[in-house]
Amino acid sequence: MIIGQIRDGIVLDHITAGKGMQIYNVLGLGELECSVAMIKNADSSKMGKKDIIKVGEIIDLDFDLLGYIDPGITVNVIRDGKRFKREKLQLPETVMDVIHCKNPRCITSTEQGLRHQFKLCDRERRIYRCLYCESLADGKVYAK
Amino acid sequence: MNSLIDIMQLTTEEIDSLIDTANDIIAKPEKYAQACRGKKLATLFFEPSTRTRLSFEAAMYELGGNVLGFSEAQSSSASKGESVSDTARTVSCYADIIAMRHPKEGAPLVASMRATVPVINAGDGGHNHPTQTLADLLTIQREKGRLSGMTVGLCGDLKFGRTVHSLIAAMSRYQDVRFVLISPEELTVPDYVKTEILEPKGIDYQEVRDLEAALPELDILYMTRVQRERFFNEADYVRLKDTYILTPDKLDGAKQDLCIMHPLPRVNEISVAVDDDPRACYFKQVLNGKYIRMSLILKLLEVHVS
Repeated sequence: MIIGQIRDGIVLDHITAGKGMQIYNVLGLGELECSVAMIKNADSSKMGKKDIIKVGEIIDLDFDLLGYIDPGITVNVIRDGKRFKREKLQLPETVMDVIHCKNPRCITSTEQGLRHQFKLCDRERRIYRCLYCESLADGKVYAK
Repeated sequence: MNSLIDIMQLTTEEIDSLIDTANDIIAKPEKYAQACRGKKLATLFFEPSTRTRLSFEAAMYELGGNVLGFSEAQSSSASKGESVSDTARTVSCYADIIAMRHPKEGAPLVASMRATVPVINAGDGGHNHPTQTLADLLTIQREKGRLSGMTVGLCGDLKFGRTVHSLIAAMSRYQDVRFVLISPEELTVPDYVKTEILEPKGIDYQEVRDLEAALPELDILYMTRVQRERFFNEADYVRLKDTYILTPDKLDGAKQDLCIMHPLPRVNEISVAVDDDPRACYFKQVLNGKYIRMSLILKLLEVHVS
């Protein structure tokens, strides 16, 4: 399979195999006018299999959102056909409006304008808790 | 520290300092009688409370300060739909410090983010109640002379009991403390208490069902009420509410210097016949609650009494 190089855009590399579509959806890439390529199960010397997403335009990315979904992702920004910037994502310390608190007793269920904020409590076990009520994140990611 | 939302915001040194001040207030109350003259405490209680609200108010009066506020949401602008943030900003214009109780978990944290004066969490749903924990720690320190090297039994509703979770978290920072967690199967401590507090620190604990069997080894027995308001299902409440009832005969096998505590209000989990036992400390706990709140108000208002 041949997918052409992009001149200006973003390449999301080292996506855990199988997570590409989820990232495609939460980033709303289906709504972009530019070319977008989603490669599933590409061969990887490090990972065995991986997904890759190529976006033919430089767009704003929520690194916290991406890092929360899949902390192993590498973000490459391409300008004039060359790699301009490379960033390896990590689990973010906090995520804002990426996950929603499901605790009906939490203040986020009633307070107007209060953003859903979760903090990383255990990096090894990837445990996030609501900043306000400390409920566990249910893992469901909300597209922005 | 501008506000107190969670007991774990306080270092053990800060807790020791609060306890020292509380002990000094108990010993020399006249020294503190005018310490907060001209200062106002706002008690914003969005759900009913007897002890905590009156304790805060008594604390402020005994420091020479004044109190304003409300004792139920219906008598505040919350009944008109005002947000917690707006209430906190508004009250900041009238008072020097706020004590807030709210049924929604995290509400006092939201208030502290918008208020321009210190906010004390006076209980947010089933979540945190740091001043109760401070009262518990002061009581243990006064009764046992230490906060380390003891076996603490917690009995009853360990699932919804916010005071239990906070006390475990606070006590787990002291040396050689072990816990005996006594509850019915349905009301055991949440997993996070074990996996995020006890186990990472290698703290010895055991979960048991039988109160009488556990009693002889305890230095502290912390009884709790099965809280009707935390149940979605009345039938579950009725089935579980009388699981543990502490009576004088059950105390026969307990240590002579056992300290029996309860955050109150009790329903029937401690028989009134136990009240006369010298080991019953729950009303001392109430009194200690006032003194530790006095100490906390002084700290947050940065009032220094020489």
